[in-house]
Amino acid sequence: MSLLDTRFEKGGVIISKVEDLLNWSRLSSMWPMSFGLACCAIEMMATNASNYDLERFGIFPRSSPRQSDVMIVAGTVTFKMAERVKRLYEQMTEPRYVLSMGSCANCGGPYWEHGYHVVKGVDRIIPVDVYVPGCPPRPEALIGGLMKIQELIREEKLGGKREDAKKRLAAKAAPAEEVIAAQHPQANLPKPQVKKEHEVAEAETTESA
Amino acid sequence: MQPNPLTIDDIAALVREKFGDVISDPEKTPTAEFFTITDLDYLQAVMYFLREDERTKFNYLYCLSGVDNNDGTFTVVYHLESLGIHGHRLEVKANCSKEKPEIPSVSEIWRTADWHEREVYDLFGIKFIGHPDLRRILCPEDWEGHPLRKDYKVAEYYHGIRIPY
Repeated sequence: MSLLDTRFEKGGVIISKVEDLLNWSRLSSMWPMSFGLACCAIEMMATNASNYDLERFGIFPRSSPRQSDVMIVAGTVTFKMAERVKRLYEQMTEPRYVLSMGSCANCGGPYWEHGYHVVKGVDRIIPVDVYVPGCPPRPEALIGGLMKIQELIREEKLGGKREDAKKRLAAKAAPAEEVIAAQHPQANLPKPQVKKEHEVAEAETTESA
Repeated sequence: MQPNPLTIDDIAALVREKFGDVISDPEKTPTAEFFTITDLDYLQAVMYFLREDERTKFNYLYCLSGVDNNDGTFTVVYHLESLGIHGHRLEVKANCSKEKPEIPSVSEIWRTADWHEREVYDLFGIKFIGHPDLRRILCPEDWEGHPLRKDYKVAEYYHGIRIPY
């Protein structure tokens, strides 16, 4: 789907699937809700600013949940804030995606044991699609997480379920163990457990039979 | 007015001269020098005196904090400074029991104490008598317990969300 303008010169006709066109347009204009909760928000703002320039991906923060597609939970979610976060999520129109940015939003971070006031992971209140680790994550990591959401959107089918798209994405992904083993042959790692796409399909057919 | 920084002994002597035996002897540790107001009925009067008297002029309360001593008592620590006048600093303490956690408010003397006292009330449950608006400031209004007390136990759930990891 890249370099659309080069295709225009070849007769002005592009053949594509509606699904692909829809997915392409949605992944090219992921609008996150502009709100931040803690120090991760500083990193998120740096990612939005000119050095990392998220707008080149069509990512452009919106001030209203009703105009947003993506919620970047950037920072510590306190119990006082949790209800607000949940309400904002409910106000977003579907399809909506949630990116949990940083250790606090992922699992409570440094407050996991003694933080009486911290929700131990934003996934206890809203469903999360992508987790970005780091304390705080660098802009590159946040961009990586946003591109993961783009990959997820690319896998979606009309009327399909989000869960199925996630399964297809997981089947495509190279297992982390394989990548690490390729880079560090001396590290004696266990065999990867993630199944390949055809294996998933085979398992499904045998289950239904 | 010429700056005339006083030592804690001078200040304690001034307070004793004015009010009698309402404070403890000054204690000096490597990190802090302070005296404790033993008669809480005089707390507001002593604080007002420290702010208004020409020789002390503590016009700035730069910190107010609470302590749970873990022996059934709480302490409130007042950090004072004479900003731009004498330049001296002072720490004053006041104790109260856990059964009756009440201490007179100084928010009428230093307005900055308003939020500081709300914070101490929120986290330790110390009631400041005479405070104009003693509500929680950090925790949600329906939060149960005072989290910085030594005997505080984290609840299992808050509004249906599990709290422990």
